Amino acid sequence: MNIWKVFLFGTAIALLPSATSFAAKTDLVLGIVLEPPHLDPTAGAAAAIDEIVYANIFEGLTRIGPKGDVLPALAESWTKSDDGKVYTFKLHKDVKFHDGTTFDAGDVKFSLDRARNEKSTNAQKGLFAAIDTVESVDPLTVKVTLRQPSGDFLYNMAWGDAVIVAPESADTNKDKPVGTGPFKLENWAKGSQIVIAKNPDYWGSPAQLNKATFRIIPDPAAATAALLAGDVQAFPVFPSYETIAQFQADPRFKVVIGTTEGETVMGMNNKKPPFDNVKVRQAIAHAIDRKTVIDGAMFGFGTPIGSFFPPHHPAYLDLTAETAYDSALAKKLLTEAGYPEGFKTTLKLPPPTYARRGGEIIAAQLRDIGIEAEIIPVEWAQWLDQVFKNKNYDMTIVSHTEPNDLNIFARDDYYFNYDSPPFKAMIKEIEAISDGPERTELYRQAQKLLAADEPAVFLFQLPKTGVWDAKIEGLWENGPIQANDLTAVKWTD
Amino acid sequence: MLSYASNRVFIGIITLLAASVIIFAVLEVVPGDPARLMLGMNATEDAVRALQEQMGFNQPLIWRYFNWLGGLLTGDFGKSYTYSVPVIDLIKERIAVSLPLALISLALSTMVAIPIGIFAASRRGSVADTSAMGIAQIGVAIPNFWFALLLVYVFAVVLRLLPAGGFTGWENGLWPSVKSLILPSVALALPQASILARVTRSSLLDVLGENYIRTARAKGLSRRKVLYHHALRNALIPVLTIIGMQFSFLLAGTIIVENVFYLPGLGRLVFQAITQRDLIVVEGVVIILVATVIVVNLLVDLSYAIVDPRLWSRR
Repeated sequence: MNIWKVFLFGTAIALLPSATSFAAKTDLVLGIVLEPPHLDPTAGAAAAIDEIVYANIFEGLTRIGPKGDVLPALAESWTKSDDGKVYTFKLHKDVKFHDGTTFDAGDVKFSLDRARNEKSTNAQKGLFAAIDTVESVDPLTVKVTLRQPSGDFLYNMAWGDAVIVAPESADTNKDKPVGTGPFKLENWAKGSQIVIAKNPDYWGSPAQLNKATFRIIPDPAAATAALLAGDVQAFPVFPSYETIAQFQADPRFKVVIGTTEGETVMGMNNKKPPFDNVKVRQAIAHAIDRKTVIDGAMFGFGTPIGSFFPPHHPAYLDLTAETAYDSALAKKLLTEAGYPEGFKTTLKLPPPTYARRGGEIIAAQLRDIGIEAEIIPVEWAQWLDQVFKNKNYDMTIVSHTEPNDLNIFARDDYYFNYDSPPFKAMIKEIEAISDGPERTELYRQAQKLLAADEPAVFLFQLPKTGVWDAKIEGLWENGPIQANDLTAVKWTD
Repeated sequence: MLSYASNRVFIGIITLLAASVIIFAVLEVVPGDPARLMLGMNATEDAVRALQEQMGFNQPLIWRYFNWLGGLLTGDFGKSYTYSVPVIDLIKERIAVSLPLALISLALSTMVAIPIGIFAASRRGSVADTSAMGIAQIGVAIPNFWFALLLVYVFAVVLRLLPAGGFTGWENGLWPSVKSLILPSVALALPQASILARVTRSSLLDVLGENYIRTARAKGLSRRKVLYHHALRNALIPVLTIIGMQFSFLLAGTIIVENVFYLPGLGRLVFQAITQRDLIVVEGVVIILVATVIVVNLLVDLSYAIVDPRLWSRR
């Protein structure tokens, strides 16, 4: 009875005249799942940083467009020398940082040198490895000389980790980011929300929104409620797969399922028996039914993959048939490898739902061919320590969300412990070729090689599950980079 | 009389010091490298090493403990590894949410529960008593995150009277902030009120069975007078203990409800700091919570003495 009094009390208070009016249509509240640790994209790997600052607050020489292509940004154009080693960038003029200082070639040199420095804490230092020298020729011209030709150089310069910062503000960007972008940071209430406001002095085409608020909502049920209640009008990466059908049926919302660069794989320790035997790895691949995993762990969202390559890429080959679900074949391969009765092993699972739920399903499927995989849930910190750094694991599930990361299978000492000289040679060749059909052909060969060698079981591509108010347009459909570029976002009425 | 108070304070200080050693020691052995966690899977070894150096991890453990303890004494809680802002600023921002939330739900639950408890005890065995205690039983049994979701659904999604969650910050006006705390405090208050009502009732019933109550009734006092003047005061000690414990819980143990309403409270700060291995933040928050629990217990101990003056003379 008294609970109802409490209810009535709450209702009475809420019915008092309130100061909140309907939001003007140049405001937008977006939901994000993870809070960034700080806002300096040159000093941390967290995707949550780029989700706020990329293309909104900070810009690089080049940038990634909505289709994953490399577009000019602070550099309006560039030329490449015939030997492919010297890039000359022509910079935009009249560009100012948010604190009023002028952007010029000196800032480019400073930013690139800072990222390559031995004291650098850039999370993607590898992006700059090809650079030999950076010279500022005049205030609007920068010459970058590479050690060897690099087909990925312009792409690498488009990453959030390669944005241009000013020497005056570089050390305080974590808390007070100062970039050249169409928005500037207005306020960050830690744990709650980050507000960015339109930069009136922006050099390019100005933003349509006056203000955008990123509200941090980690709980899937809370995310659903926030959208339904109208507190949040857009969730670019909506975390609650189970309620997406509800939004699809609701005309007030638009549900946009796009692709990302996140290849979800079940990595295996390729140096540790029995996983050093390619037949065992192939047997495991054939024992897993990707569709069941996607249906069970992802509520059907996600594209099956048969190699380590994003399906939206022009050079993609669908190789899922190579390792199609075939329990009998899996058993046969396992017998040939000398394990007719199967074996016992472990499966370490980091926190994301795809891993924890997917792991349960995969463990059940492996039991059918006699492999007993003990599930060990780990936190991210433990995962990085045990699996990634010390390679103390048998199998693990993780999504590799970095774009253009086929080369991780060519890295020495990477956690897969995979060592294939022919694959390494292919990657080396790919990295030296800029574009054209040769590169596509090499990409395809590399995909085939991985699908045959199966250093990891390639499961599915993570979807980008966008849910937003049907009156909003301009949000990205796909996630070629983990970013929420708000420049073109606007309300339609 | 003073020795009772000073004795309690002394015990409190010793507890706090012991807690600081334990907190620091336990957290330092937790596996996981904050530098690697921040820089992620693609980071080169030398970048990780450079960050470790920046964070001061190459100093010896003992040195770091005394450095931290010395800082605490001067109010310097260090700098967060992940946010790179002073820990004390983070804690202050979160307390601005967690403290009002704890106080509102405590007030709500106390205001509702104690009258119900008294009412039920005074009509022991009646239909009113059984139904009040039945409801209280349900209140304890309902998981508060589920109740919270129900509140959100009714008041935010269907009626659209209150926000589904979030916190706008006190600087953006009193009303919007209070509004965003209403549903969470109701969700938190329900189980607390249920427990408190049951404790009040049973404690009061115990006292009502005492001989001196019969004596008071025998000398001709009304039931009402006996209840409020003689029984209630003596029945309050267990109730105060529970209120003290509930306050400490409400300050930091509310992470689930904070998650449902995505409130930037202390519970979520600790949780996030643990997963990110932002140990200095965890250490700072935990030591503050330990201090709060000690102070609250001290106040509860002292309030016993107000309720029961015999305690002053016993020591």
